[in-house]
Amino acid sequence: MPTAAAAPVKTTCPYCGVGCGVAATPDGQGGALIAGDTSHPANHGKLCVKGASLGETLSLEGRLLHPMIHGQRASWNQAAGFVANGLRRVIDRHGPDAVAFYLSGQLLTEDYYVANKFAKGFLGVRHVDTNSRLCMASSVAGHRRAFGSDTVPNTYEDLDEADLIVLVGSNAAWCHPVLFQRMQAARERRGTKIVNIDPRRTATSEGADLQLSIRPGMDSVLFSWLLSEIAARGAVDEAFVANHTEGLAEALERARAIAPDIVTAATKTGLSQEDIAAFVDLFIDRQRVVTCYSQGVNQSAQGTEKVGAILNCHLATGRIGRPGCGPLSLTGQPNAMGGREVGGLANMLAAHMNYTPAEIDRVRRFWNAPRMAEAEGLKAVQMFEAIERGEIKALWVMHTNPAVTLPRADAMRAALRKLDLFVVSEAVTRTDTTAAGAHVLLPAAAWGEKDGIVTNSERRISRQRAFLAMPGEARPDWEHVQLVAQRMGFGEAFAYPDAASIFREHAALSAFENEGARSFDIGAMAGLDAVAYDTLQPVHWPWRAGEAPRPRLFAEGGFTTPGGRARLVAIAEPELAEAVSDEYPLLLNTGRMRDQWHSMTRTGKARTLARHAAEPTLSLHPEDASRLGIAAGGYARIASRHGEATLRAVTDEGTPRGAAFAPFHWNDATSGLARVDAMTQPHTDRFSGQPELKATPVRVTPIAMACEGLMLSRRPIEMPSWLAHSRLTVPGGEAVLFASPHAPQKVHALLLNLLGSEHRRAALSDPAAEAFRLAVFEEDRLSMALFTARERSAAMFDWLIDAFGRDSLDTAEQRAVLAGRPPAGGADLGPLICACFGVRRGVITEAIRAGAADVEAVGAAVKAGSNCGSCRPEIRRVINDERHKPAHTAAA
Amino acid sequence: MAARRRERLLVIGHGMAAARLVDALDRLDPGAFAVTIVGAEPVPAYNRVLLSALLAGEASHDDIALRDVAWHEARGMSLIMGDPVVAVDASHRTARLASGLAIGFDRCVFATGSEPVRLPLPGMDLPGVMTFRDLADVAAMERAAAEGQRVAVIGGGLLGIEAAHGLARRGAKVTLVHVMDRLMERQLDAGAARVLKRELERKGVAVALGRQSIAVTGTDRATGLAFADGGSLSADVVVAAVGIRPNAALAKDAGLAVARGILIDDAMQASLPGFHAIGECAEHRGVAYGLVEPAYAQADALARRLCGGEGRFEGLVLATNLKVSGVPVFSAGAIEGDADAEIVTLDDRAGGVYRKLVIKAGKLIGCVLVGEAEDSLWYLDLIRRAVDIGPVRGELVHGRAYCGALETPAPEAAAALQVAA
Repeated sequence: MPTAAAAPVKTTCPYCGVGCGVAATPDGQGGALIAGDTSHPANHGKLCVKGASLGETLSLEGRLLHPMIHGQRASWNQAAGFVANGLRRVIDRHGPDAVAFYLSGQLLTEDYYVANKFAKGFLGVRHVDTNSRLCMASSVAGHRRAFGSDTVPNTYEDLDEADLIVLVGSNAAWCHPVLFQRMQAARERRGTKIVNIDPRRTATSEGADLQLSIRPGMDSVLFSWLLSEIAARGAVDEAFVANHTEGLAEALERARAIAPDIVTAATKTGLSQEDIAAFVDLFIDRQRVVTCYSQGVNQSAQGTEKVGAILNCHLATGRIGRPGCGPLSLTGQPNAMGGREVGGLANMLAAHMNYTPAEIDRVRRFWNAPRMAEAEGLKAVQMFEAIERGEIKALWVMHTNPAVTLPRADAMRAALRKLDLFVVSEAVTRTDTTAAGAHVLLPAAAWGEKDGIVTNSERRISRQRAFLAMPGEARPDWEHVQLVAQRMGFGEAFAYPDAASIFREHAALSAFENEGARSFDIGAMAGLDAVAYDTLQPVHWPWRAGEAPRPRLFAEGGFTTPGGRARLVAIAEPELAEAVSDEYPLLLNTGRMRDQWHSMTRTGKARTLARHAAEPTLSLHPEDASRLGIAAGGYARIASRHGEATLRAVTDEGTPRGAAFAPFHWNDATSGLARVDAMTQPHTDRFSGQPELKATPVRVTPIAMACEGLMLSRRPIEMPSWLAHSRLTVPGGEAVLFASPHAPQKVHALLLNLLGSEHRRAALSDPAAEAFRLAVFEEDRLSMALFTARERSAAMFDWLIDAFGRDSLDTAEQRAVLAGRPPAGGADLGPLICACFGVRRGVITEAIRAGAADVEAVGAAVKAGSNCGSCRPEIRRVINDERHKPAHTAAA
Repeated sequence: MAARRRERLLVIGHGMAAARLVDALDRLDPGAFAVTIVGAEPVPAYNRVLLSALLAGEASHDDIALRDVAWHEARGMSLIMGDPVVAVDASHRTARLASGLAIGFDRCVFATGSEPVRLPLPGMDLPGVMTFRDLADVAAMERAAAEGQRVAVIGGGLLGIEAAHGLARRGAKVTLVHVMDRLMERQLDAGAARVLKRELERKGVAVALGRQSIAVTGTDRATGLAFADGGSLSADVVVAAVGIRPNAALAKDAGLAVARGILIDDAMQASLPGFHAIGECAEHRGVAYGLVEPAYAQADALARRLCGGEGRFEGLVLATNLKVSGVPVFSAGAIEGDADAEIVTLDDRAGGVYRKLVIKAGKLIGCVLVGEAEDSLWYLDLIRRAVDIGPVRGELVHGRAYCGALETPAPEAAAALQVAA
């Protein structure tokens, strides 16, 4: 075990794809001090608030610590045997196409590699996909189509050197904060211009020189017009195009069809001609241009086309792979890139190899594989639809929460119950996915405990290092696979003693019969020994054996298409998968909040992060809210053809008219009625399979909530699923905010039943005002509270949460809990002595110290005892007490 | 020039009301009247409120003393003790005392107080049965309730509770027997009554609710109680504290109009000119008060009037204050309320606090406080002045400190709120 005196362990952040270096100093008690790693080139020591709060997320609260079979604790031996038998049975009866693996961009490269190898090489299972399908797939498809491989040409350093940074579909200020700050630094330092293309005006817009609030789905119109203007103004890099590309003419022709003139471009995009012209001028005039794009581009039924439209402009101008020039996809997950390198996707085989006969054969030989998958598998959405149809009967989910994040999430969650074998490798016990009928739960090592490799958005490979012991029986995900593989007779092929041995094999495969055909080649690391692996410094791929790593690619061509030329593509006419209608007139956009990440299994633990957004909200333009009869702070029901949610409404001028925005983080483990992806539609991109998560037609109606409230408890309390609520971590425990259309009295009574406690209960009941409050005290500590009223009071909740976080409360503070306000009126003057005049002991003591020597004198001074006289004996005792006190009181 | 002959003022009774009256007269216009005070007890007036504290050993005789004999002598007041008035001749303006002494007067104030209600039960006159009313009772109880004696106190009202508590403090094994299903049912709601019961039990008083006594058992002396439900209770001493009634017989015999008490108007004027009544013997607007606060208010008002000023008494919302060894219990106004009333409760019984407010039409009309009664007078003032509590309605139950918006001066004419003599 590390001790308090341990040196900082250099690792990487487990959140977004920026891949910041983190220095973690364990405190020897299961926690750690977190700081940015100043030596890591991705962040140079900076961290966003999510990363900086990692220390608050390390508790074992909620962790899955033992294997479980059908809800009962089991040994690893039993659990691995159960999974092995289940897989064997399904494959024997239904063949390998009845089995699927659903992986995650949060797995380490080694985990990914072992799972991919096991499924595709030893079970013959081709349905291996990943949550990166929901995140990055359109960029992958766009890269492969244009470059011949999934290769990001540029690095973060290009952000430092760009003249213009174009952000497309990216709220980088919230989702990639460290990179956004890097862009802002360049803006300050060298006058880099920033253009933000996003239907919404976001925090990112505040740091942009030009905000283009484009109509949803119309990004490609803008880039088509840009491409035609590049051509028209002679900005094409003729030499680069001639030597290293193909398809410009067709691409241009299609671009001109999509945006024949600026009027059409303006009409289609909803932008002003002036703004469009300003953008085009900037792009053409400024030589160094980096275009960063993220989920607004990817999560679209035309995401690959959007990527193509962007890449077309960079290829036509030759602005690629050169300092300050290139397209830069900003990844959402810490190791989405690592998964892509491994090939843990349905439409890749392994190590940037595809399902061609030669490649299948090559991988078979490398793995010495008995049963190779022979064709591309189903991509995430289609994979779960096959589960829904009963075609896929066994599923192993690793490190992700598809019951929350898939489109049509309620239906997908329900489909999971149809599985004959449902295995989840997880770090936490309770997620919507584990609660969706998982048969086997396998306890996974979490961040801080596991050891391996991740690759960030700029192809930089970094070590994620352990600094905590693995708790309970938790093991790295690769070991989960290894244990099952051993029981299925594949022990020899999975006899990895450690993560380093896996990584060496992965590196060797990347170089195996490569000869420059595949850009992903890290053969230089195939021979890393244990020390070299442990001390590996962040490095870009490709890193071929005997060569230096190559941070930038494609400036001089070298594309991995068959002809070695990049392909400009003729893209399809932009349109949304599903248009709004009278029935569903608003377009729902989903995305992230600044201080949460994914389904909150980790960020949800951090009280610092709960401060920014205590609950999920629906953002509406004020005019839409007003037209719909929804007050800011009121509640709204959002419904699509697929599902619904109930959220608090906020008005936001930055949300376009006709649109609504809701974060996808909250789910049934952290809230109630707030599963936003229950509503999203399943239309997917025909190339990438990525679903259109940001444009689902919905109907929004006001909900009159009769009651709102707050519950505080030390331990999570199961909340009724019919109740709109959200959990947040607060100092000392958990808070639940709730609202209901039912009367406060009824809701309060129902919730009271959930709070079992033997401790002192104090209650306020005011039926006429519909205010009901309960506080439970253990000794002098507030251990539970339930406040239910017609509407919430933020100030009241602040005080309660503050009181809840304290180790002890004095009497006045305990009274103040039910008052919902800090104690009023200054110092506690002690017990009341004179009831007639309301004189407290402290006032009498003061009078005595000021010279009142007897009861009469006290009465003359402060009236106490001068009426009914009942308190005169007590006053006399106070006088005696004061007399017998040490002299220091008299000295005053 | 001959000095104006001073009016002769006879005060019948020397309890707290009488003492308050002569004190006020002395303060307002010293020597204006030739005052004669006639008391039945052999000692000067004392603080009857503190009898329970005296019984409990929490107060001394000094603590309960009011004005002594010397004080009266120094002011030329005639103080006759232990010789009660037995007849008043209204037409001749004379009063006859038990000793035969006759006293003439120009003006007469009845301050005869009240007497304990004696239950009409078999055995009530057995030795070992006593009441709780005056110093003599306290002395008798002290003698009877020596360490370990079993005492049955009948009556779960204020008086009974105080007697039971005082006796328990003296070491007696006390059972408090009450016919109703909760203590102080006229002053406390069920919640407060439960807190009080628990506090009493914590102090060693057994509480038997819903027990109707039908007889004191025993032949030579009391041996216990028999109940209507067939049960019984063994006891060495029985204390009857089931209530009080105005001492109005003397006034009635003198020809004054009497209902429950001596009828008076807002000027404390009885039905015949020159006759007044104050305190528990009086009945004002249909109410015979049993508390010291209205008695003091009546005494103060009468004193001002006698000294030529304005003095009126227009009735008081009743408030009760009880303290059982550190646990104050306060009740004022309506404690249940009707269908239109809004009830707010704050219940932290385990923490020793219970509060109930009764609100109607934006006004506080009643309250019950247990445990923390610092704000009792403030609440009482809100009730009496019918203050619009709208702005602080939601905060009201948390006390004055939370209601800064409601400007309410501390009631200057604050008054004793405990049981009257």
